[in-house]
Amino acid sequence: MSVQGITQTSQYLTFKLDNEIYAMDITTVREVLDITQITKVPQMPDFMCGVINLRGSVVPVVDLRLKFGLEKAASLREACIVIIEIILDDEETVLGILVDSVQEVISLEPEQIDPPPRIGTRLKTQFIKGMGKKDKEFIIILETAKVFSAEELAVVQTTDDIPMPETPGGTTAENENDD
Amino acid sequence: MNESNRFIAEFYNETEELLSGVEDAVLDIEENPGDQEAVNRLFRAIHTIKGSGSMFGFDTISEFAHHVETALDNVRNGTVPVSKALIDLILVSRDRITAMLAEANGAGPPVDPREGEQIIASLKGLLRSDVAEVPVDEFPKDGPEKACVPDAPAPQNEAVYRIRISPDPDIFAMGMDPVMLLYDLADMGACSVMVHTEKVPDLENLSPESCYLFWDILLTTTKSLNAVRDVFIFVEDTCEIVIETVEEKAAALEASTVPRSGDILAECGDIHKKVIDEESDTLSKERLKPAQKEQKVVPQTHKSAVASTVRVPSDRLDKLINLVGELVINQARLTQVASNINDTHLGESVEEIERLTGELRDSVLNIRMMPIGITFNKFRRLVRDLSSQLHKEVELITKGAETELDKTVLERLDDPLVHLIRNSIDHGVEPPEVRERTGKPKKGTIILSAGHKGTNVVISIQDDGKGLNVETIRKKAVETGVIPENAEIPDKKIFTQILAPGFSTTSEVTSVSGRGVGLDVVKRTIESLRGRIDIDSVPGEGTKITLILPLTLAIINGLLVNIEDDFFVLPLMSVEECVEIKSKEIETINGRNILNVRGNMVPYIRLRDRFHIAGRRPEVEHIVITNVNDSRIGFVVDHVIGGHQTVIKPLGPAFRYNKEISGATILGDGTVALILDTNVLLESA
Repeated sequence: MSVQGITQTSQYLTFKLDNEIYAMDITTVREVLDITQITKVPQMPDFMCGVINLRGSVVPVVDLRLKFGLEKAASLREACIVIIEIILDDEETVLGILVDSVQEVISLEPEQIDPPPRIGTRLKTQFIKGMGKKDKEFIIILETAKVFSAEELAVVQTTDDIPMPETPGGTTAENENDD
Repeated sequence: MNESNRFIAEFYNETEELLSGVEDAVLDIEENPGDQEAVNRLFRAIHTIKGSGSMFGFDTISEFAHHVETALDNVRNGTVPVSKALIDLILVSRDRITAMLAEANGAGPPVDPREGEQIIASLKGLLRSDVAEVPVDEFPKDGPEKACVPDAPAPQNEAVYRIRISPDPDIFAMGMDPVMLLYDLADMGACSVMVHTEKVPDLENLSPESCYLFWDILLTTTKSLNAVRDVFIFVEDTCEIVIETVEEKAAALEASTVPRSGDILAECGDIHKKVIDEESDTLSKERLKPAQKEQKVVPQTHKSAVASTVRVPSDRLDKLINLVGELVINQARLTQVASNINDTHLGESVEEIERLTGELRDSVLNIRMMPIGITFNKFRRLVRDLSSQLHKEVELITKGAETELDKTVLERLDDPLVHLIRNSIDHGVEPPEVRERTGKPKKGTIILSAGHKGTNVVISIQDDGKGLNVETIRKKAVETGVIPENAEIPDKKIFTQILAPGFSTTSEVTSVSGRGVGLDVVKRTIESLRGRIDIDSVPGEGTKITLILPLTLAIINGLLVNIEDDFFVLPLMSVEECVEIKSKEIETINGRNILNVRGNMVPYIRLRDRFHIAGRRPEVEHIVITNVNDSRIGFVVDHVIGGHQTVIKPLGPAFRYNKEISGATILGDGTVALILDTNVLLESA
């Protein structure tokens, strides 16, 4: 059984998050950085952990653990920032993603990928493009366009004094862009 | 991009520019029908479109432009008067050329050829009817036109012109062939051509791709001087063209005291005696008309205005700005390193570099600044078309057209302003009969003004229409559940409801507005430019919508401060002073968030609390007092580090809703500092 829209062998970058293996289409990934100093931006939800200086340009960084409603990582020893390129509000945007560790680049045939399960995942189903299988391990292939959409990132900030609590997945967005 | 694509892209750019010139000129003529200069400008633009259109193979555009040109030629020589019908037709033609261009560019839908035929037919019809009717002026002619009237009968009389064409040696490389010019001239009348071969070098130095020849031509024609000049319209930049009416030449011979004519004489010294003989021969035969002098002045001044500007693709400019930004960042780093080394010589040169970098930054940023007048001009047409479509009379007054704004901001302002002006005409200004009844002048006024205010540019659109109806808006907002029913909300807050998506109080939808889309788009655009919208309205007197935008998006002078390990930049323009305060002093008046600074009460925001920065407050804190829109407010920070050339790096769409941070910058040591928007912080204080 294969997934609609995946018709040919593609390469994926795999990374770990709380002992599970996730993957992203390699074409969206620009580079992988070691963890560096992240400047916190006030009045933003927790998962927007700040900005970094990427050779002279300022790049926002999303803590994927917090975005997916997981605990904050205990150690950042192996942590990496995956720099991806996505389209946000019709604008090409560079985004950093903080993950526990980066694994490898793998190739998956379309038949190695199953559609996302409807139940049994912590993530919203629309975040998952498919489930890959490699050496009996399951790999969660992310739909980057959905995970990092304007609606998901641009959380309306109210002027209350407590930092916005993490709302896993379902966030409110002011502009209802169709994606 | 290969050569020919580049030329075609250039053609698109140039034609678009010409078309906007056409619109301007037409509207100028409408305002002042006697404006001969505008007629000439219009004619030249259309002529150039025709010529370059056929040169690049856009034959349909060229052919269409030809018909427009024919009509304009008749306007120029006075056989067809300027009328509203003509103005409308030319504007329609302009739009059609725009559409054709968009089609050719692949950016627009295919145009309907029948429509074009109709326009051409109406143009032709206009010419015929006007000739038959004998010009009955719809517009009163005034001074300048009368002065030009003597030109009109000129076509009946033959005139003699002496023309010298000295092409640039590289003329062939630019795709021009001087022979074509000669053919064109020969078509105009009897033409005697003399070729000069003096400049042709030895065979071994001769480059076969260069043009060494130059020509003297004696042309006897019934055409006007302008028509002769038009032959050279494409080669003005690549050839040296001297056109003299022989009558003028004769005068110069008699009174050779005029230095410029003297120069020309010297230049013409190599001309054969025979030519001069021939000339005086024709001179005696022909009766020459004066009065062409003033016509000649027009194209000359026009040309000099063109020569002083250079067209540069904006991406090159953006690259330059980025480079200067990098330079500024590195210079900051250098200054930091130098201050650690503490060497006098090094310090001196670093200071000098700092000064130079600052100057370079300012001048590069200046290149990007453009007067808003360019945008304002586009709205003249909009107001004209809309008001006649809605049967209203509206006058557009623009103020502060010289106010300069960053180019990128300017480009993105177009759509919001169009929306706001449309709204003013459709919803604001009443129909003439209603206006008369309420004792207002029949003609409505929309004032579009721009100006600087502190670190901001303020643009306002003000109409003298019926104003916003607070009650209707309140009712609508209560209906949609945006505000609770009996809430006490100031009018100003109610007005902002009209910016909400889907808001419309108009019961009927027109082609102009009323669908309730639009104003929320305006709001979004302005917010994406980090600007704000302010609405003010008095029932019966009008509405004023003010857009407040940041001055620039690239580099600002900032004040660098820190709280613990976090660095922040405040725009220096809004900073008034920095004061040290002891923790104790704050404690005593705490609870009110107001500080006594030398007798003045200043409200303050403690950024540490506001941004939830953990850690202990130092004994001595600093307060940066800013003045924003005439209200003072202090920001309490740990330390004030000093002035900082701040290259603004956008934070991108992910931070769109965080309005307190207007951007980020990179410090000398590579850390990121956040730039605070004092306006927004003030509002939320």
